[in-house]
Amino acid sequence: MAFTITVADTGERFPCAEGQNVLAAMVRLGRRDIPVGCRGGGCGICRVQVLGAARYRTLKMSRAQVSAADEARGIALACKLLPEADLTVKALGLLECRLNPVAGGAPHRG
Amino acid sequence: MSFRGVMRPGHAVIRVLEMEPAVTHYVERLGLIKTNEDAQGRVYLKAWDEHDAFSIVLREADAPGLDVMAFKVHGTAELDRLEADLRAYGVNCERVAAGELADCGHRVRFEIPTGHAIELYAEKKYVGNLVGNHNPNPWPEGLKGMQVYRFDHCLLYGPKLADNLDLFTNVLGFDLTERIVTPDGGLLATFFSCSNKAHDIAFVHHDVPDKFHHASFMLMTWEEVLRAADIMSMHDIAIDIGPTRHGITRGRTIYFFDPSGNRNEVFCGDYTWYPDREPITWEAGEIGRAIFYHDRRLNENFLGVVT
Ligand code: FES
Ligand SMILES: [Fe+2]
Repeated sequence: MAFTITVADTGERFPCAEGQNVLAAMVRLGRRDIPVGCRGGGCGICRVQVLGAARYRTLKMSRAQVSAADEARGIALACKLLPEADLTVKALGLLECRLNPVAGGAPHRG
Repeated sequence: MSFRGVMRPGHAVIRVLEMEPAVTHYVERLGLIKTNEDAQGRVYLKAWDEHDAFSIVLREADAPGLDVMAFKVHGTAELDRLEADLRAYGVNCERVAAGELADCGHRVRFEIPTGHAIELYAEKKYVGNLVGNHNPNPWPEGLKGMQVYRFDHCLLYGPKLADNLDLFTNVLGFDLTERIVTPDGGLLATFFSCSNKAHDIAFVHHDVPDKFHHASFMLMTWEEVLRAADIMSMHDIAIDIGPTRHGITRGRTIYFFDPSGNRNEVFCGDYTWYPDREPITWEAGEIGRAIFYHDRRLNENFLGVVT
Protein backbone atom coordinates (compact mmCIF):
# COMPACT_ATOMS: atom_id res chain seq x y z
CA MET A 1 0.00 0.00 0.00
CA ALA A 2 1.33 3.43 -0.88
CA PHE A 3 0.33 6.79 0.52
CA THR A 4 0.60 10.15 -1.18
CA ILE A 5 2.89 12.75 0.41
CA THR A 6 2.20 16.36 -0.53
CA VAL A 7 4.88 18.96 0.14
CA ALA A 8 2.95 22.09 1.16
CA ASP A 9 5.72 24.50 0.15
CA THR A 10 5.81 23.39 -3.49
CA GLY A 11 2.58 21.44 -3.95
CA GLU A 12 4.69 18.53 -5.23
CA ARG A 13 3.42 15.01 -4.54
CA PHE A 14 5.15 11.67 -4.34
CA PRO A 15 4.18 8.18 -3.24
CA CYS A 16 5.51 6.59 -0.04
CA ALA A 17 5.10 2.87 0.55
CA GLU A 18 3.84 1.58 3.88
CA GLY A 19 6.83 1.12 6.20
CA GLN A 20 9.02 3.46 4.17
CA ASN A 21 10.12 6.81 5.56
CA VAL A 22 9.06 9.98 3.77
CA LEU A 23 12.61 11.15 3.03
CA ALA A 24 13.72 7.82 1.54
CA ALA A 25 10.59 7.76 -0.65
CA MET A 26 11.46 11.24 -1.92
CA VAL A 27 15.18 10.51 -2.45
CA ARG A 28 14.38 7.37 -4.48
CA LEU A 29 12.66 9.57 -7.02
CA GLY A 30 15.65 11.89 -7.21
CA ARG A 31 13.64 14.70 -5.63
CA ARG A 32 14.79 17.43 -3.26
CA ASP A 33 11.55 18.93 -1.99
CA ILE A 34 12.77 18.36 1.59
CA PRO A 35 16.50 18.89 2.38
CA VAL A 36 18.45 15.66 2.80
CA GLY A 37 21.24 15.17 5.34
CA CYS A 38 22.21 12.29 7.59
CA ARG A 39 19.09 10.19 6.93
CA GLY A 40 19.41 8.86 10.48
CA GLY A 41 17.31 11.24 12.58
CA GLY A 42 20.35 13.10 13.86
CA CYS A 43 21.09 16.29 11.96
CA GLY A 44 17.61 17.86 11.78
CA ILE A 45 17.92 19.18 8.25
CA CYS A 46 14.84 17.22 7.12
CA ARG A 47 12.52 18.65 9.82
CA VAL A 48 8.95 18.90 8.66
CA GLN A 49 5.61 19.82 10.13
CA VAL A 50 2.80 17.43 9.36
CA LEU A 51 -0.26 19.54 8.60
CA GLY A 52 -3.84 18.81 9.58
CA ALA A 53 -5.17 15.69 11.26
CA ALA A 54 -2.90 12.95 9.98
CA ARG A 55 -2.01 9.38 10.81
CA TYR A 56 1.66 8.49 11.01
CA ARG A 57 4.29 7.12 13.35
CA THR A 58 7.89 8.09 13.93
CA LEU A 59 11.02 6.12 14.79
CA LYS A 60 13.42 7.50 17.42
CA MET A 61 14.57 11.02 16.52
CA SER A 62 17.23 13.28 18.04
CA ARG A 63 15.75 15.21 20.97
CA ALA A 64 18.17 17.98 20.09
CA GLN A 65 16.21 18.45 16.87
CA VAL A 66 12.63 17.57 17.85
CA SER A 67 11.48 18.26 21.42
CA ALA A 68 8.53 16.51 23.01
CA ALA A 69 6.52 19.73 22.55
CA ASP A 70 7.52 19.85 18.87
CA GLU A 71 6.44 16.27 18.46
CA ALA A 72 3.05 17.02 20.03
CA ARG A 73 2.39 19.67 17.38
CA GLY A 74 3.26 17.43 14.46
CA ILE A 75 6.93 18.24 13.93
CA ALA A 76 9.03 15.29 12.82
CA LEU A 77 12.18 14.36 10.94
CA ALA A 78 11.14 13.16 7.49
CA CYS A 79 13.80 10.42 7.58
CA LYS A 80 12.03 8.91 10.62
CA LEU A 81 8.46 9.65 9.54
CA LEU A 82 6.33 6.68 8.46
CA PRO A 83 2.91 7.58 7.03
CA GLU A 84 -0.19 5.55 7.89
CA ALA A 85 -2.39 7.67 5.59
CA ASP A 86 -1.85 10.39 2.99
CA LEU A 87 0.14 13.28 4.51
CA THR A 88 0.79 16.93 3.80
CA VAL A 89 4.11 18.17 5.17
CA LYS A 90 5.84 21.52 5.30
CA ALA A 91 9.66 21.58 5.23
CA LEU A 92 11.03 23.55 8.20
CA GLY A 93 14.78 23.20 7.88
CA LEU A 94 17.28 23.33 10.70
CA LEU A 95 16.29 24.17 14.24
CA GLU A 96 19.14 26.59 14.74
CA CYS A 97 19.74 29.29 12.19
CA ARG A 98 23.34 28.53 11.39
CA LEU A 99 25.39 31.17 9.67
CA ASN A 100 27.22 29.80 6.69
CA PRO A 101 30.77 31.06 7.31
CA VAL A 102 31.65 31.07 3.62
CA ALA A 103 28.56 32.62 2.12
CA GLY A 104 27.51 34.53 5.20
CA GLY A 105 30.53 36.73 5.84
CA ALA A 106 33.28 36.74 8.42
CA PRO A 107 33.51 34.00 11.00
CA HIS A 108 34.04 34.88 14.62
CA ARG A 109 37.61 35.69 15.35
CA GLY A 110 39.10 34.63 18.64
CA MET B 1 59.75 7.89 17.27
CA SER B 2 60.60 10.57 19.69
CA PHE B 3 57.16 12.04 20.18
CA ARG B 4 56.07 12.13 23.77
CA GLY B 5 53.39 14.08 25.61
CA VAL B 6 50.08 13.65 23.78
CA MET B 7 50.72 10.60 21.56
CA ARG B 8 47.57 9.88 19.60
CA PRO B 9 43.77 9.72 19.53
CA GLY B 10 42.80 7.13 22.14
CA HIS B 11 39.05 6.90 21.96
CA ALA B 12 35.82 8.65 21.07
CA VAL B 13 32.56 8.20 22.96
CA ILE B 14 29.77 8.43 20.37
CA ARG B 15 26.10 8.83 21.28
CA VAL B 16 23.65 6.73 19.30
CA LEU B 17 19.85 6.71 19.26
CA GLU B 18 19.53 2.91 19.36
CA MET B 19 22.28 0.52 20.35
CA GLU B 20 21.44 -2.51 18.26
CA PRO B 21 21.58 -0.96 14.78
CA ALA B 22 24.63 1.03 15.89
CA VAL B 23 26.51 -2.12 16.89
CA THR B 24 25.55 -3.75 13.59
CA HIS B 25 26.93 -0.72 11.76
CA TYR B 26 30.22 -0.41 13.62
CA VAL B 27 30.90 -4.15 13.96
CA GLU B 28 29.40 -5.82 10.88
CA ARG B 29 29.95 -2.95 8.42
CA LEU B 30 33.06 -1.07 9.56
CA GLY B 31 34.60 -4.23 10.98
CA LEU B 32 35.33 -3.06 14.53
CA ILE B 33 35.51 -5.74 17.20
CA LYS B 34 33.34 -5.62 20.31
CA THR B 35 35.57 -5.99 23.34
CA ASN B 36 33.28 -5.12 26.23
CA GLU B 37 29.91 -3.88 27.43
CA ASP B 38 29.55 -2.22 30.81
CA ALA B 39 26.79 -2.05 33.44
CA GLN B 40 25.48 1.18 31.87
CA GLY B 41 25.08 -0.59 28.54
CA ARG B 42 27.95 1.22 26.87
CA VAL B 43 29.57 -0.88 24.14
CA TYR B 44 33.37 -0.88 23.72
CA LEU B 45 34.93 -1.45 20.30
CA LYS B 46 38.39 -1.60 18.77
CA ALA B 47 39.81 -1.97 15.30
CA TRP B 48 41.84 -5.07 14.51
CA ASP B 49 45.22 -3.33 14.34
CA GLU B 50 44.82 -1.39 17.58
CA HIS B 51 46.55 -2.64 20.69
CA ASP B 52 44.57 -1.11 23.56
CA ALA B 53 41.27 -2.46 24.87
CA PHE B 54 39.00 -0.01 23.00
CA SER B 55 38.97 3.03 20.75
CA ILE B 56 35.23 3.64 20.26
CA VAL B 57 32.57 3.61 22.95
CA LEU B 58 28.90 3.72 21.94
CA ARG B 59 26.41 5.21 24.41
CA GLU B 60 22.67 5.14 23.80
CA ALA B 61 21.12 8.58 24.29
CA ASP B 62 18.24 10.86 23.23
CA ALA B 63 20.41 12.77 20.78
CA PRO B 64 23.37 11.55 18.71
CA GLY B 65 26.74 13.29 18.68
CA LEU B 66 30.10 13.10 20.39
CA ASP B 67 30.41 12.94 24.19
CA VAL B 68 34.18 13.24 24.23
CA MET B 69 37.34 12.62 22.24
CA ALA B 70 40.24 11.33 24.33
CA PHE B 71 43.96 11.31 23.61
CA LYS B 72 46.51 8.92 25.04
CA VAL B 73 49.48 10.56 26.74
CA HIS B 74 52.90 8.95 27.05
CA GLY B 75 52.98 8.05 30.74
CA THR B 76 51.45 9.33 33.95
CA ALA B 77 54.21 11.89 34.58
CA GLU B 78 53.40 13.53 31.25
CA LEU B 79 49.70 13.41 32.07
CA ASP B 80 50.34 15.19 35.39
CA ARG B 81 52.47 17.79 33.62
CA LEU B 82 49.81 18.45 30.99
CA GLU B 83 47.12 18.73 33.67
CA ALA B 84 49.24 21.27 35.54
CA ASP B 85 49.91 23.19 32.32
CA LEU B 86 46.20 23.27 31.48
CA ARG B 87 45.32 24.55 34.95
CA ALA B 88 48.07 27.17 34.76
CA TYR B 89 46.64 28.30 31.41
CA GLY B 90 43.26 28.76 33.12
CA VAL B 91 41.47 25.66 31.88
CA ASN B 92 39.17 23.92 34.37
CA CYS B 93 40.16 20.27 34.58
CA GLU B 94 38.09 17.49 36.05
CA ARG B 95 39.59 14.14 37.00
CA VAL B 96 37.48 11.18 35.96
CA ALA B 97 38.34 8.16 38.10
CA ALA B 98 40.14 5.12 36.73
CA GLY B 99 37.64 2.44 35.79
CA GLU B 100 34.78 4.84 34.97
CA LEU B 101 35.39 3.56 31.47
CA ALA B 102 36.31 -0.10 31.83
CA ASP B 103 40.03 -0.85 31.56
CA CYS B 104 40.98 2.83 31.30
CA GLY B 105 43.10 4.74 33.77
CA HIS B 106 42.07 8.11 35.17
CA ARG B 107 41.22 10.76 32.62
CA VAL B 108 41.74 14.51 32.76
CA ARG B 109 38.66 16.10 31.22
CA PHE B 110 38.32 19.70 30.08
CA GLU B 111 36.34 21.86 27.69
CA ILE B 112 38.09 23.49 24.74
CA PRO B 113 37.06 26.86 23.23
CA THR B 114 34.93 25.20 20.54
CA GLY B 115 32.78 23.75 23.34
CA HIS B 116 33.89 20.13 22.99
CA ALA B 117 34.95 17.89 25.86
CA ILE B 118 38.47 16.54 25.47
CA GLU B 119 40.17 14.03 27.74
CA LEU B 120 43.75 12.97 28.29
CA TYR B 121 44.72 9.67 29.86
CA ALA B 122 47.91 7.65 30.16
CA GLU B 123 46.80 4.09 30.83
CA LYS B 124 44.52 1.63 29.14
CA LYS B 125 44.58 -2.16 29.23
CA TYR B 126 46.92 -3.55 26.58
CA VAL B 127 45.28 -6.45 24.77
CA GLY B 128 47.36 -6.51 21.59
CA ASN B 129 46.15 -6.41 18.01
CA LEU B 130 44.67 -9.44 16.26
CA VAL B 131 47.97 -10.72 14.85
CA GLY B 132 50.04 -10.39 18.00
CA ASN B 133 53.63 -9.26 18.49
CA HIS B 134 55.40 -12.58 18.03
CA ASN B 135 56.20 -13.58 14.44
CA PRO B 136 52.94 -11.92 13.36
CA ASN B 137 51.03 -12.43 10.14
CA PRO B 138 50.41 -9.24 8.16
CA TRP B 139 46.66 -9.36 8.75
CA PRO B 140 44.16 -11.56 10.52
CA GLU B 141 41.60 -13.72 8.76
CA GLY B 142 37.90 -13.49 9.49
CA LEU B 143 37.51 -9.70 9.60
CA LYS B 144 34.13 -8.20 8.77
CA GLY B 145 32.92 -5.50 6.41
CA MET B 146 35.26 -2.62 5.62
CA GLN B 147 38.00 -4.04 7.87
CA VAL B 148 39.17 -0.66 9.17
CA TYR B 149 42.66 -0.65 10.72
CA ARG B 150 42.19 2.01 13.36
CA PHE B 151 40.19 4.94 14.65
CA ASP B 152 42.20 7.80 13.21
CA HIS B 153 40.83 11.31 13.90
CA CYS B 154 37.73 13.46 14.42
CA LEU B 155 36.55 16.63 12.69
CA LEU B 156 34.65 18.88 15.10
CA TYR B 157 32.63 22.05 14.51
CA GLY B 158 32.51 25.05 16.83
CA PRO B 159 33.43 28.71 17.38
CA LYS B 160 36.62 30.43 18.62
CA LEU B 161 39.13 28.67 16.39
CA ALA B 162 41.88 31.19 17.21
CA ASP B 163 41.61 30.50 20.96
CA ASN B 164 41.46 26.82 20.17
CA LEU B 165 44.62 27.06 18.05
CA ASP B 166 46.48 28.64 20.94
CA LEU B 167 45.39 25.92 23.37
CA PHE B 168 46.25 23.04 21.06
CA THR B 169 49.63 24.35 19.96
CA ASN B 170 50.91 26.19 23.04
CA VAL B 171 49.54 23.99 25.84
CA LEU B 172 48.78 20.56 24.44
CA GLY B 173 51.85 20.44 22.17
CA PHE B 174 50.08 19.78 18.85
CA ASP B 175 51.38 21.18 15.55
CA LEU B 176 49.13 23.12 13.18
CA THR B 177 49.44 21.22 9.89
CA GLU B 178 46.85 22.97 7.68
CA ARG B 179 44.42 25.87 7.94
CA ILE B 180 41.80 27.67 5.87
CA VAL B 181 41.93 31.46 6.28
CA THR B 182 39.60 34.27 5.22
CA PRO B 183 41.02 37.37 3.47
CA ASP B 184 40.91 39.27 6.78
CA GLY B 185 42.85 36.60 8.60
CA GLY B 186 39.96 34.76 10.27
CA LEU B 187 40.25 31.01 10.64
CA LEU B 188 37.68 28.84 8.87
CA ALA B 189 39.39 25.53 9.64
CA THR B 190 42.42 24.21 11.53
CA PHE B 191 44.08 20.78 11.35
CA PHE B 192 46.35 19.55 14.15
CA SER B 193 48.82 16.71 14.53
CA CYS B 194 50.27 15.35 17.76
CA SER B 195 52.21 12.76 15.81
CA ASN B 196 53.54 12.04 12.31
CA LYS B 197 50.08 12.15 10.71
CA ALA B 198 48.59 14.99 8.67
CA HIS B 199 45.88 15.32 11.32
CA ASP B 200 44.84 13.78 14.61
CA ILE B 201 42.01 16.28 15.20
CA ALA B 202 40.55 19.06 13.07
CA PHE B 203 38.08 21.91 13.50
CA VAL B 204 35.80 23.88 11.20
CA HIS B 205 34.32 27.20 12.27
CA HIS B 206 30.65 26.95 13.25
CA ASP B 207 28.55 29.34 15.33
CA VAL B 208 27.00 26.56 17.39
CA PRO B 209 29.52 25.02 19.83
CA ASP B 210 30.19 21.34 20.46
CA LYS B 211 29.11 19.89 17.13
CA PHE B 212 30.36 16.60 15.69
CA HIS B 213 31.20 16.38 11.99
CA HIS B 214 32.84 12.97 11.74
CA ALA B 215 34.90 10.22 13.26
CA SER B 216 37.35 8.74 10.79
CA PHE B 217 38.75 5.25 10.38
CA MET B 218 41.87 4.36 8.45
CA LEU B 219 42.22 2.05 5.48
CA MET B 220 45.46 1.39 3.61
CA THR B 221 44.64 1.56 -0.09
CA TRP B 222 42.32 3.20 -2.60
CA GLU B 223 41.03 -0.26 -3.50
CA GLU B 224 39.99 -0.75 0.12
CA VAL B 225 38.20 2.63 0.05
CA LEU B 226 36.34 1.56 -3.09
CA ARG B 227 35.45 -1.76 -1.49
CA ALA B 228 34.13 0.11 1.55
CA ALA B 229 31.83 2.08 -0.76
CA ASP B 230 30.61 -1.21 -2.26
CA ILE B 231 29.72 -2.42 1.22
CA MET B 232 27.78 0.80 1.83
CA SER B 233 25.65 0.14 -1.23
CA MET B 234 25.19 -3.54 -0.34
CA HIS B 235 23.73 -2.50 3.00
CA ASP B 236 22.03 0.76 1.98
CA ILE B 237 24.24 2.89 4.23
CA ALA B 238 23.69 6.62 3.59
CA ILE B 239 26.72 7.98 1.70
CA ASP B 240 27.41 11.70 2.08
CA ILE B 241 30.15 12.01 -0.57
CA GLY B 242 32.79 9.96 -2.29
CA PRO B 243 34.86 8.02 -2.90
CA THR B 244 36.85 11.18 -3.64
CA ARG B 245 39.97 13.15 -2.66
CA HIS B 246 40.52 15.76 0.02
CA GLY B 247 42.84 18.62 -0.97
CA ILE B 248 43.63 19.12 2.71
CA THR B 249 45.71 16.14 3.97
CA ARG B 250 45.50 14.57 0.45
CA GLY B 251 43.30 11.83 1.92
CA ARG B 252 41.24 9.55 -0.33
CA THR B 253 37.89 9.40 1.38
CA ILE B 254 34.23 8.52 1.74
CA TYR B 255 31.87 10.31 4.13
CA PHE B 256 28.86 8.30 5.23
CA PHE B 257 26.43 8.13 8.15
CA ASP B 258 25.80 5.72 10.98
CA PRO B 259 22.15 4.75 11.70
CA SER B 260 21.80 7.65 14.19
CA GLY B 261 23.03 10.26 11.69
CA ASN B 262 26.58 10.60 13.01
CA ARG B 263 28.97 11.03 10.11
CA ASN B 264 31.79 8.52 9.68
CA GLU B 265 34.72 8.59 7.29
CA VAL B 266 36.93 5.86 5.91
CA PHE B 267 40.07 7.12 4.23
CA CYS B 268 43.54 6.16 3.15
CA GLY B 269 46.71 8.01 2.40
CA ASP B 270 47.99 11.30 3.69
CA TYR B 271 51.52 12.62 4.03
CA THR B 272 54.07 12.32 6.81
CA TRP B 273 54.19 15.27 9.15
CA TYR B 274 57.38 16.40 10.87
CA PRO B 275 57.44 19.21 13.43
CA ASP B 276 59.96 21.29 11.44
CA ARG B 277 57.46 21.73 8.58
CA GLU B 278 55.54 24.92 7.97
CA PRO B 279 51.75 24.59 8.06
CA ILE B 280 49.85 24.56 4.76
CA THR B 281 47.51 27.50 4.18
CA TRP B 282 44.37 27.38 2.04
CA GLU B 283 42.53 30.53 1.07
CA ALA B 284 38.81 30.60 1.87
CA GLY B 285 38.05 31.09 -1.84
CA GLU B 286 39.66 27.70 -2.48
CA ILE B 287 37.66 25.90 0.21
CA GLY B 288 35.89 23.77 -2.41
CA ARG B 289 39.03 22.06 -3.65
CA ALA B 290 40.54 22.10 -0.16
CA ILE B 291 37.74 19.87 1.09
CA PHE B 292 36.59 17.98 -2.04
CA TYR B 293 39.41 18.17 -4.56
CA HIS B 294 37.50 16.76 -7.55
CA ASP B 295 34.12 18.49 -7.18
CA ARG B 296 35.96 21.74 -6.29
CA ARG B 297 32.96 22.88 -4.29
CA LEU B 298 31.45 21.93 -0.98
CA ASN B 299 28.45 19.65 -1.06
CA GLU B 300 25.39 21.17 0.58
CA ASN B 301 25.84 19.03 3.67
CA PHE B 302 29.47 19.80 4.52
CA LEU B 303 28.76 22.93 6.55
CA GLY B 304 25.23 22.29 7.81
CA VAL B 305 24.85 18.60 8.59
CA VAL B 306 26.33 17.76 11.97
CA THR B 307 25.21 16.05 15.18
S1 FES C 1 18.30 13.84 7.26
FE1 FES C 1 19.31 14.23 9.17
S2 FES C 1 17.62 14.13 10.56
FE2 FES C 1 16.72 13.50 8.67
FE1 LIG D 1 38.48 13.24 8.18
